[in-house]
Amino acid sequence: MATSHQTLDAPLPLAGSAGSAGSADAARTPSSVWPVGIVAALTWGGFGALTWRWPNKVAGFSDWAYTEELGIAVLVAAAALLVVALAGGYAAPLRRVRQTLRHAGPWLVALPLVFAAWEILTAKTALLPTPFFAPPQALIEVYIDDWRRLGDSALNTLKLLGFGVAYGGVAGFLIGVSIGWSRRIGYWVHPVLRVLGPLPSTALLPLTFYFFPSSYSAAVFLIALATAFPVAVLTWSGVASVNKSYYDVARTMGASEAFLVLRVAIPAALPQVFVGLFMGLGASFSVLVTAEMMGVKSGLGWYLTWAQGWASYVNMYAALIVMALLFSGVITLLFAVRDRALSWQKGTVKW
Amino acid sequence: MVVAASESTRGARIDIRAVSHAFGDGDKQLPVLDSVDLKVAPGEFVALLGPSGCGKSTLLRLVAGLDSPSQGQILQDGAPIDRPDPSRIVVFQDPTLYPWRRVRDNVALGLQARGLLRREGHRVDAALRRVGLEAFARAFPHQLSGGMAQRVALARALVNDPRLLVLDEPLGKLDSLTRLAMQSDLVELWQRAGFSALLVTHDVEEALFLAQRVIVFSQRPARITAEIPVDLPYPRHRGDPRLTELRHEALRHLGLDASW
Repeated sequence: MATSHQTLDAPLPLAGSAGSAGSADAARTPSSVWPVGIVAALTWGGFGALTWRWPNKVAGFSDWAYTEELGIAVLVAAAALLVVALAGGYAAPLRRVRQTLRHAGPWLVALPLVFAAWEILTAKTALLPTPFFAPPQALIEVYIDDWRRLGDSALNTLKLLGFGVAYGGVAGFLIGVSIGWSRRIGYWVHPVLRVLGPLPSTALLPLTFYFFPSSYSAAVFLIALATAFPVAVLTWSGVASVNKSYYDVARTMGASEAFLVLRVAIPAALPQVFVGLFMGLGASFSVLVTAEMMGVKSGLGWYLTWAQGWASYVNMYAALIVMALLFSGVITLLFAVRDRALSWQKGTVKW
Repeated sequence: MVVAASESTRGARIDIRAVSHAFGDGDKQLPVLDSVDLKVAPGEFVALLGPSGCGKSTLLRLVAGLDSPSQGQILQDGAPIDRPDPSRIVVFQDPTLYPWRRVRDNVALGLQARGLLRREGHRVDAALRRVGLEAFARAFPHQLSGGMAQRVALARALVNDPRLLVLDEPLGKLDSLTRLAMQSDLVELWQRAGFSALLVTHDVEEALFLAQRVIVFSQRPARITAEIPVDLPYPRHRGDPRLTELRHEALRHLGLDASW
């Protein structure tokens, strides 16, 4: 149980030590200026100014759209940040904004530097050539012009993922519990799991597209398969490793077999189940995108191949960013659910 | 069951008849119990004393009905014990509280398992009060100290109104101060509730302080080597010269009296 906890916790702590040091002196002097914030505002200002005033290098086509807009918008944001950094201590709403931003301070300095370098290498000097590379404003153009198709793709991806992971998660959980609990079921299912489980779902892709009525149902099946394997194995090991005396305690108190499964085995195995779900999600993302690229006619994976067909690399970057945010959001959601379901594990619970 | 559970016979009568037990099968049999005969009268407090690993805990598991003896018979009020039953509750060396349940839900376990929780939920609070932990009803087990956790385990046992309380070194892992306090608590709970009690321990003083009869076991395979009646009224005093005498006797049976 302890190991599963650590495994799941590992990606969570984003808090750098710099951030916590910053909030410590915030508590001491609430109304003073915020030096890191000023630096960040100046850096953003620099990025905005160079985007706006430095003319784009002329490529073989009309100029990058939204260059001016991006520069001005960034300058406005930099000004707002400067206000928060200088006067944040004097007004309550500003103070709250500053309190949330403070933690991100070092990132707020680093990001505009990266953006500026990106802007210079692409739009300003064209050291990184089109069409393989694109400046930040090109992404904005894609999002503004093509948001409907991108949003649609994201929704379809989410829907496909939802179906697949739901079916796979439930199936894997039931399989895991039953082979962990019943020796007879374990005898039959365990060898199958051992042989077929490690098979990458993507390897079955051509076969399933042939057998299933639609490529969509085939994709749901493959995602379910990819999710089910780790969920089943970890649920099983969770059920199998339940402290035997937990059962003894319940049995001496007159617990039925069903009670032992539902009220002892499953709650005790839950931390492992969440590790399984985490691993299953990772596997399902990869199957999902492959399936969308190969056969399913919607979703972000399809968008990627579609953009590739038009040699529209900017659209691919835009879709990749949406995909990253989407999948990371899904994992974050899983962690939120886990933290709720396993609140008994944490040492910080109050009652 | 022949005997009605009237107030005077609330405790169970246990007959252990010629019980032998071995682990494993075929050539690799490991005998742990060797024809043990023991009677526990209703409401009696009996302690089983012996070197660690001698098989006392195995005997308790057989009495609880968690395992069946290889040979012999164990009866409760004349009826053979063949499965666990809520009239015989075990308290283990580890509190074995379910970490995902709050203290109150842990104590409610037995009632919930038998579908009695809705009707008799008040017994949960009563049991928590009896061990003095009503303020911790909403706590999770990891927030409790070792002694508190073991008291919750006691409450979880008592809420079932057991007729036999099977205590498998329940104080073995507690620090010595908590241990002394809980020994007195155990006597009080036993006197108030009137159950029979079967305690396994390898602490000679604990056995003599708590029990009316101390059964001394040999090394594995365990045989009964002596029976020491402790003819002292409760509450007992640890400094009682009679206890010191009995302690010497018990140690002699265990072959440890050289240091005296």
